[in-house]
Amino acid sequence: MNREALDARLDPKAVAWLDQALAEAGEAGKAQDNVAVPKWELRFAAAGRHCGQDNADDVRTLLLQHAAADVATLTRLYHQGAAAERRAVLLALPHRVPGPEALPLIEDALRTNDTRLVEAAVGPYAADHLDPHAWRHAVLKCLFTGVPVAAVAGAEHRAHGDAELARMLTDFASERTAAGRSVPPDLHRVLNMTGEES
Amino acid sequence: MRIFDPHIHMTSRTTDDYQAMYASGVRALVEPSFWLGQPRTSPASFYDYFDALLGWEPFRAAQYGIAHHCTLALNPKEANDPRCTPVLEELPRYLVKDGVVAVGEIGYDSMTPAEDVALAAQLQLAAEYALPAMVHTPHRDKLTGLRRTIDVVRESNLDPEHVLLDHLNETTVKDAAESGSWLGFSIYPDTKMDEDRMVSVLRDHGTDRVLVNSAADWGKSDPLKTRKVADAMLAAGFSEDDVDKVLWRNPVEFYGLSGRLQLDVPAPQALHEGNSILRGGE
Repeated sequence: MNREALDARLDPKAVAWLDQALAEAGEAGKAQDNVAVPKWELRFAAAGRHCGQDNADDVRTLLLQHAAADVATLTRLYHQGAAAERRAVLLALPHRVPGPEALPLIEDALRTNDTRLVEAAVGPYAADHLDPHAWRHAVLKCLFTGVPVAAVAGAEHRAHGDAELARMLTDFASERTAAGRSVPPDLHRVLNMTGEES
Repeated sequence: MRIFDPHIHMTSRTTDDYQAMYASGVRALVEPSFWLGQPRTSPASFYDYFDALLGWEPFRAAQYGIAHHCTLALNPKEANDPRCTPVLEELPRYLVKDGVVAVGEIGYDSMTPAEDVALAAQLQLAAEYALPAMVHTPHRDKLTGLRRTIDVVRESNLDPEHVLLDHLNETTVKDAAESGSWLGFSIYPDTKMDEDRMVSVLRDHGTDRVLVNSAADWGKSDPLKTRKVADAMLAAGFSEDDVDKVLWRNPVEFYGLSGRLQLDVPAPQALHEGNSILRGGE
């Protein structure tokens, strides 16, 4: 989301707060920034209560962009962050890290059962870099925890021709049916994407 | 009826408890950090716990339609273990998080010099980070502990009106009230306070600045005690407005001093549509 669209959703006080926060983020890494915790990182933590929780993802990813946060910074912010901050780091990865170096953060998020983190972890960065085994488990985890498959970036492309994923989905469907439980509707959507008949 | 439990350790409770709490009217709670029964031996163990209070536990609570906030601190009991005290240096980076509405539980356990240091340092942190403080009063030698606590608060930079003195009872309520701080009462099945004694205290002292909590944890405790106090108040002739003041508006006002309360959690789908989409734990 760009700044104009974001501003339209903020009250004047939040806009002023964001102006200041982005200015501080722009100074990140410069010589005078030798305080214990850089000011913009405090803003990163506090974004929800100043701009509203509904805008927090967008505000935080914008801050990361202005601070030109690298893998080291993103990793630190993730590990020191509350769940909402971790989510923002995950959402920012595709724009900030071209290579696979940040995969440990995705893997960490996929080990949680917090659907806010799982949803953010299966974005374009995972589509580009997650190995096939981990990616299949991520898809299955979405089905288990109720994260909509629509959140899985590049699903159509990655699932296509994936016979192993088709087998896992079919087995999962059988397990649900054997237990007398319903099969998540999204399961059939992904199964169709594989193009593998079963 | 809307209920705010200002002190409950949900980490130790099940999803059945969340469901029963929602059904009894609980819509918001504060989980103070404390010890876990088994003493910790390293700071990292605290950080994982703090992260849980800022991540997993609010996620669980939200699925049951309950707004979850926390208070963070090095608790008085573990402040006595030098392996744990480095937590004090890391606290500042946690105190800026959105979900943190106070520094706590701080206070005295055995009234040792190490507890003096931790209490004073953390009252100072509360003042610096513009947060109120949630202060536990000791189980043993309670009145002496309360008076010493009030002295330390008076010597600190934190306004007594930004302090909640918790686990009060008939013997400590008078001194606590005179200090100008908020008054917290924990209702327990066997120890601490019970519903009827709580009603008597409310009759004698009024409802101003009084908060009632279940302090439910891993011991014998009951997460529905807040509702039971509300019912006992109504049965004793208190009005619905009195109940709302003690069980909602007072905790909202106290923790609202942080400027960080976010009470708008959507009603749970599980209870609305008869399914549970966000299982999370399956």
